[in-house]
This record gives sequence, structure tokens and C-alpha cells, in this order.
Amino acid sequence: MILPDSKGHFGKFGGKYVPETLMAALADLEAAYKKYGVNKNFQAELDRYLRDYAGRPTPLYFAERLSEHYGAKIYLKREDLCHTGAHKINNTIGQALLAKRMNKTRIIAETGAGQHGVATATVAALFGMECHVYMGEEDTIRQAPNVLRMKLLGAEVIPVTSGSRTLKDAMNEAIRDWVTNVENTFYIIGSVAGPHPYPAMVRDFQMVIGKETKEQIQKQEGKNPDYIVACVGGGSNAIGIFYPFLNTKTILIGVEPAGFGLETGKHGAPLARGDVGVLHGSMSYVIQDEFGQIKEAHSISAGLDYPGVGPEHSYFKEKGLVEYVAVTDDEALRAFEFLSKKEGIISALESAHAIAYLERLAPKASGKVVVVNLSGRGDKDLETVAKILGVDS
Amino acid sequence: MSRIEHKFKELKARDKKALIPYITGGYPTLDACEKLIELFAANGADIVEIGIPYSDPLADGPTIQRASEAVLSSGVDVEDIFKMVANLRKKTDIPLVFMTYYNVIYCYGEKKFAEKAISIGIDGVIVPDLPPEEAASWCKVATVNSLDTIFLVAPTSDDERIEKIVSASSGFIYCVSLTGVTGARDNLPMELSSFMRRVRSQTDKPLAVGFGISSTEVAKKVSKLADGIIIGSALIDLIEDSGIEYDKIGKFIRDIKKTIGG
Repeated sequence: MILPDSKGHFGKFGGKYVPETLMAALADLEAAYKKYGVNKNFQAELDRYLRDYAGRPTPLYFAERLSEHYGAKIYLKREDLCHTGAHKINNTIGQALLAKRMNKTRIIAETGAGQHGVATATVAALFGMECHVYMGEEDTIRQAPNVLRMKLLGAEVIPVTSGSRTLKDAMNEAIRDWVTNVENTFYIIGSVAGPHPYPAMVRDFQMVIGKETKEQIQKQEGKNPDYIVACVGGGSNAIGIFYPFLNTKTILIGVEPAGFGLETGKHGAPLARGDVGVLHGSMSYVIQDEFGQIKEAHSISAGLDYPGVGPEHSYFKEKGLVEYVAVTDDEALRAFEFLSKKEGIISALESAHAIAYLERLAPKASGKVVVVNLSGRGDKDLETVAKILGVDS
Repeated sequence: MSRIEHKFKELKARDKKALIPYITGGYPTLDACEKLIELFAANGADIVEIGIPYSDPLADGPTIQRASEAVLSSGVDVEDIFKMVANLRKKTDIPLVFMTYYNVIYCYGEKKFAEKAISIGIDGVIVPDLPPEEAASWCKVATVNSLDTIFLVAPTSDDERIEKIVSASSGFIYCVSLTGVTGARDNLPMELSSFMRRVRSQTDKPLAVGFGISSTEVAKKVSKLADGIIIGSALIDLIEDSGIEYDKIGKFIRDIKKTIGG
């Protein structure tokens, strides 16, 4: 059965838990996506932008020194080489093309690390649309270079000062903007989260990662990989690379941020340590107290610092289709340094979580083919990392 | 007939409109909140809407967000609010309605929440992020427990949706005056009267308008289009600004009640 069902549910997860004002807009979006998702002109235009503008296909790089170190055949799917430096652009091009067809002139987005904000500001510039990006105040500080990029691209960056001042609150504020300006505004959600049809639509736009990987690994290894590893915040890069390999023999591993450690409660790992709840329009695993109040997440990586996760990941967890693990801030930092020195690739702190898991995977993956989704590059994180590691510039 | 339906029927018979003040439960403190609700009742409120704060109130503007955050950070939880309501119910017969987000109900357990609510004297529940599409199981347990399920209808709802919403609603229908979040506004949209006509053409159930009503002038205009009006943020602003001057707040309620022909 193809999920979600007609009401946007993945089993009990997903759905549309939103104010009534948005129900009509979600129905319009769903109708437009249904129509253009299969429309040849739309797909051709999307493919052209992905190829000529975003730089797809991205390479599947055989990481020789990493492989030697770990005793497995390790490939990196180089989403960090996409235009704007992360996989996020795959989705923003798709949604902006939809917005154009729906005659929406104003774009809004939420952003954590700023990668999705930059990717949204980029397409808004490309298509000549007005753009407003909501970003938690704390994130505007720790990801300052991305704030500057968004401004240069012509977007207005609105610092959000409510709640934990991070991604969760930015998303609340974006939804409130949408409720208010629903007539002319298209909300580009950056992950496989939010109300239906976003989780399915964003997944479909990100699936290009997995489709390419499938072809590329066939060419290089003549078979599917034994393992695919990807980090999971909201979970869009993970679902994008996992999806074409669901129900194959490939073992899919999603890596959540354990922050200071799962046992400390300071983490961003709802699949490992959360409960079922409703946040940002869908039912999924969330980090919350016994009364359903959403708790602050913690991760060194702003893009993973989110107390929720895309509803389809919750479904995968329940069905045992994907294995979910968690690595700490420290492990991610070590992997960040290690990859820089071993392969000459400075990855995003988000993606460093996936790299970090190789330490634990390697002992059981000797000689196996492992693909890691390197979802983004690390320029934005240099200051954060330098502060912690005490590296002088 | 529920206490809410009875109230609207009685008002209608006297050609009067319902005044429904909203307050975030536990704001500014549990004791003050209880006193304020009694004050609302004593000064002419017909129904009182009590918010159970949620950490991520998507449908609320800055005023109610601030009140919710203040209550949550003071350590008040849903059980405390239940206790406050149970106390209150010993002192007043006024219909009481909960307003809370779905995650609060879901995590408490829909059935347990409905049973608890009715046992402490709550008459209906408004859940702004629960459209009828997602509400089948909630409606079932609410109905079994004789709790009114008050759904919201918005200016963006088309006729098909309006039909679905009014048929799922009991007690009254919460008509959202504008596309936006809660919060006092100087003016309401011109289209409000045509929107209200669209809703009225599909139901005889009582219609109450909320969101944005800030003053006696706006309240007067809106009351002509509906069976009742809901005032939330403007009241919380007043509580915030006045430092809980009960006289001032009581007068505000009386004045509004008077202008809407109460």
C-alpha cells in the first residue's frame, strides 16, 4: 500500500492538526501537487533546474581513506556539493515551482541551521518572489553566516524570540504567518514534517538523492549497498536517500542527535527517547513531558535541534523498516574533525552525526558496502566548532 | 439540552447576545484566575472559556502566547487547572468551556480527559488544531460524556467544509472573524457579515464570533452578526496592564455586555 492514505496518515502518524483557516490552503496545495507531481512539463522544468542550477546529479564518492580506516567500502553521497551547500535545495526548487503555478507571490520558510532558509531565499531570488524566513534568535547567532547569505539573497530574516528560540519556535511563527497571509503566501516547509501533504511532498522532492544513489552504486559496485546511513532531524535527507531502498535487503540507519547524551534528557532524539504526540500539524514521535508540553531539544547541530521528527519516520520505526540510533555532540565533533583530516571534506555538523556512526557500524560491517549521506557542507559551522575545539583562525 | 445550549436558548428568548470572555487557565496565578472568572460571571458574562496552556499555541498571537508561557513556567499543569475548575464549579453555574490544543488532550488520553472534564463541571471543549477530519475518536468520547464539541469555522472554509463543521459541532460554533491568530485588532474585515451569512445559511445552532475583538465599538458591530462574542486577548492585555485591578476588569465586562445588548 502506498502511504500516506488519502487523509495524509502513515498508520496512526501524520494527518492535519492545524487551525481551520489553513485547511483550505492545504487542500489547494494537495490538489496542485497531485496535478503537477505527474505533469510532464513540471517534471521537465524541475529536472532542468536540479541539473543546471543545483548541480545534480551529485557524486557518489568512494572514500578511500575512510574505507581503509574502517575496513568497509564507504561511499559518500555528496549532497554537500549541491548549490547552496546542502540537499535542501532539491525541495525548495520543487516547492517554488509549485508556488509559481499556484500564483503565490510571497514565500515564507522556517529555518534552523539556516540551510533551508538559504535554499528558500535562493529560489525566491531565482523566481522573483518576496521571501521571509523565520529563524530562532539563538540560531541566528550560532549560524550567523547563513543569516548574511539570506539577506544578500534579498530575503528578510525574522528572529524568533518565543520559547526556546530555535527551529521549533521558528516553525510556530511561520505557521502563524501563514494563517494570517494565507491568500497570497506559500509556506515552503524544509523537512518531511508539518501537516499533510508536506511530509509526502518533501519526501518526493528529496527522493532524487536515493534514486541517483541506486544508479550510481549499481555502476560502481553492481549491487545495492549493504547499509545506508543518514542523520535525522526532521528527516528529509534521510527519507530522500532511504525511500528507494525500502523493502530491499539494504539496512537503513537513521542517526538522531543524542546531544549531551540520551540519559541527560538534553538531546534531539524523539525516535530514541520520545513519545507519540502532535506537533506542527502532524502526529509523530516528539520530546514532551507527561502532559504533552513540548520540551526543548538540544543538539550542537542547529539543523537537528528539533523535538519532533517527520511522521513517516515514526511509521518506519514502528514497522521496523529503518533502524534508528543516536550519537552525541562529542561523537559528531570527532567525526567532523576526522572527516576533514582524512578526506579533506568539512561536513555540516548535521551530516557529521551520520559519519560518527561509522565508529559503531564498522565492527559489524567489515568488507560491506556502506553509503553515508553527506547532506551538507560545514562552512556555516566553523565558528561553533572553532569555539569548542579551541582552534585559532 | 446542555448547559451551553440552554444558555443560548434563554438569551435568544430575551433577544440577548452571549458574552464569552476567555482567560488562560492559571493566569496570572491560579487563585487570581479563579477570582477573575467569578468576577466575569458576576458582571454579566454568559459563558467562560478557560484555556489550558500548551507550549506551542499555533493559533494564538503574542498576548495569549505570553500568558501561556507565564503559566507553564510558573509550574502550573493541567491537573492544577482541573482542581481550579472543580473549586469554581462549587460557586457558580455559569457554563464553562475548555480551549486547548490537541496534544494536551491526546497525552492525557481522550477518554480520560473527557471524563475528567465533565466530572469537574466543564460543559464543552474547543480544540483549535483539531479539524473534524481528525476528530472522530474525540467526538465519540466527548458525546458519550455529554461534553459539547465546539469546532471552529474560518473565513477560508468553503461551503462544503462549513457543512462538515456545523454538523460536528454542538453547544455553539466558533466563527473565526479573520484569517490570522488571536489578538486584539482595531478593525475586523469587511467580509465578516457575508461570512456569517454563509455559516448561518447552513445551521440554526448558535454562532459565536471570536479573534480580534478589542473594544466595545467592535463588539457592538460584531454582536449584530452573531449570537455571541468571544473576547480573549483584549481582556488579557487589560489584566496585564492593570496589574489585576478587579474593578477595572469588572467594568470592562459590564461595558461590553451593555453595548452588545446584554
